[in-house]
Amino acid sequence: MIRDPEVLDQLIDTISRFVRERLIPNEARLAEEDAVPPELLEEMKQMGLFGLSIPEEYGGLGLTLEEEVLVAMEIGKTSPAFRSIFGTNNGIGAQGILIDGTPEQKTKYVPRLATGELLSSFCLTEPDSGSDAASLRTTAVRDGDHYVLNGTKRFITNGPHADVFTVMARTDPGNKGAGGITAFIVEGDTPGLKRGPADKKMGQKGAHTCDIIFEDCRVPAENIIGGKEGQGFKTAMKVLDRGRLHISAVCVGVAERLVEESLAYAIERKQFGVSLAEHQLVQAMLADSKTEAYAGRTMVLDAARRKDEGENVSTLASCCKLFCAEMVGRVADRAVQVHGGAGYISEYAVERFYRDVRLFRIYEGTTQIQQVVIARNMVREVS
Amino acid sequence: MKILVAVKRVIDYNVKIRVKADHSDVDLTNVKMAMNPFCEIAVEEAVRLKERGVATEVVAVTIGPKAAQEQLRTALALGADRAVHVETEERVESLAAAKLLAKVVEEEQPQLVILGKQAIDTDNNQTGQMLAALAGLPQGTFASEVVVSGDGGDGKLQVTREIDGGLQTVELTLPAIVTTDLRLNEPRYAKLPDIMKAKKKPLDVKSPADLGVEVASSLTLLKVESPAERKGGIKVGSVDELVDKLKNEAKVL
Repeated sequence: MIRDPEVLDQLIDTISRFVRERLIPNEARLAEEDAVPPELLEEMKQMGLFGLSIPEEYGGLGLTLEEEVLVAMEIGKTSPAFRSIFGTNNGIGAQGILIDGTPEQKTKYVPRLATGELLSSFCLTEPDSGSDAASLRTTAVRDGDHYVLNGTKRFITNGPHADVFTVMARTDPGNKGAGGITAFIVEGDTPGLKRGPADKKMGQKGAHTCDIIFEDCRVPAENIIGGKEGQGFKTAMKVLDRGRLHISAVCVGVAERLVEESLAYAIERKQFGVSLAEHQLVQAMLADSKTEAYAGRTMVLDAARRKDEGENVSTLASCCKLFCAEMVGRVADRAVQVHGGAGYISEYAVERFYRDVRLFRIYEGTTQIQQVVIARNMVREVS
Repeated sequence: MKILVAVKRVIDYNVKIRVKADHSDVDLTNVKMAMNPFCEIAVEEAVRLKERGVATEVVAVTIGPKAAQEQLRTALALGADRAVHVETEERVESLAAAKLLAKVVEEEQPQLVILGKQAIDTDNNQTGQMLAALAGLPQGTFASEVVVSGDGGDGKLQVTREIDGGLQTVELTLPAIVTTDLRLNEPRYAKLPDIMKAKKKPLDVKSPADLGVEVASSLTLLKVESPAERKGGIKVGSVDELVDKLKNEAKVL
């Protein structure tokens, strides 16, 4: 649903210009310094990028999902690591509080998440539980009006910088499944919360993940999201459900960027006396990538519109995540191929994107988990 | 102090311009339009003066088709308080634009009018000067610095102008006209929440007839041509050959 096409056009224009003038020229620097340049971070905060999906009453933009995915496609046209720094506040870091939090919790945290004053993270994955998230082992034991958290969380995006964590921990040791899990808001300076060293990753340099370790970390009982034990897994799934379309849209944006890069190179580079773009086998790669990126754009927009109309899009969101993450992998592979030897050299953006996009098939639900979700839902609907 | 800032809708500076096949004009079909970059600098200067407490109100004005309201919304998102749209589908030449702006100046009575020094579509560089003449106001053109002394209380304005081979600083008595050069400031990006709020700011629409101005042009556009295609260069074998070619072929020495 697009509430006002003119306003949305202006939003997208402004973001697209910021991406083109400020972010794209700094991609190499982001990767080299392995950090978002501080002045750019400040510009992103000023612009309001941290509050895209946060309602207007809390100082955000309150974008509908269709608007949000259109914006995410624009942001996708630059290094995913730029998006990552404000991605958690728009997605997994803030949505738990927004969807299931108490009014007090929302008032306390959400306005500061919208401005980027606070940076947030989402702690679900553990060393021994990734895709099988319901088996997580971090414990939270009630002690007076506090809970004492113990355990380790792994690959936590923005972990080294976050001020607020949404943490899934088991409050009912008797229930080893999803029902024993509770979601907590844990502030970054809480004693007993420790951050491991930043992980050395294959790509997306500038976006940081690390272990978050809880050692007798005392969290006030009032920090249970929604105030009720045992609801954490449901909260986590709702958060991830919404994020799937956002991530899919980012994949579409990256794919479109890679098509642009491939096309520009293919037109400029000459072999056998003519530009690469005139060779049919290169044309095939360009055409396949263009078609797949368009397919991705279309399905993400369709699913987002349906969600805005109140339809349950759990299956469709997984379809989008599955297709778009795999699609951008293929598009990045072809982009390197079109570039030939140059595509293997880090001077060209496609080499970096090729490594960056590998993560899309893994995080926020692997391709295989999406397949399982889709098929299970299909079977459930007919039985 | 009230500031009137004029903005123009032009082809986005990133667009590769194409000329129509019959050379009658530039092809505008499905071309992305945007605010003229010099006008962005004008808006930025006005907004900065407001943020410094020098200006109390910033009014943005544009002349053009209905779609030009997009550029007014941009100005409102950047910090203008309200907007005036002089709506016309006609091609408006500099003189007609200056006449219309002079009427708006008469109605609004701003202390300061800021315009871009030129628009990147036709590069005329004359609307600001014509407006100054028609309104009988002093002008500081090609401004690279604008200083409102005593926050406007003493009614003076210093403008540093970029002129050939140096800078010239002039003092103007308010009300006055300023046209902006490239180095006056670096325009900001609109904040996304401000873009959403801009829709709620007032925007008045007037017609040239309301202002009693005839926009019909006394100038006819005869022909538009693309710049000559660049030809490939050549390699020369020696400095002597280079000098010879520069002298006898290129005739630049």
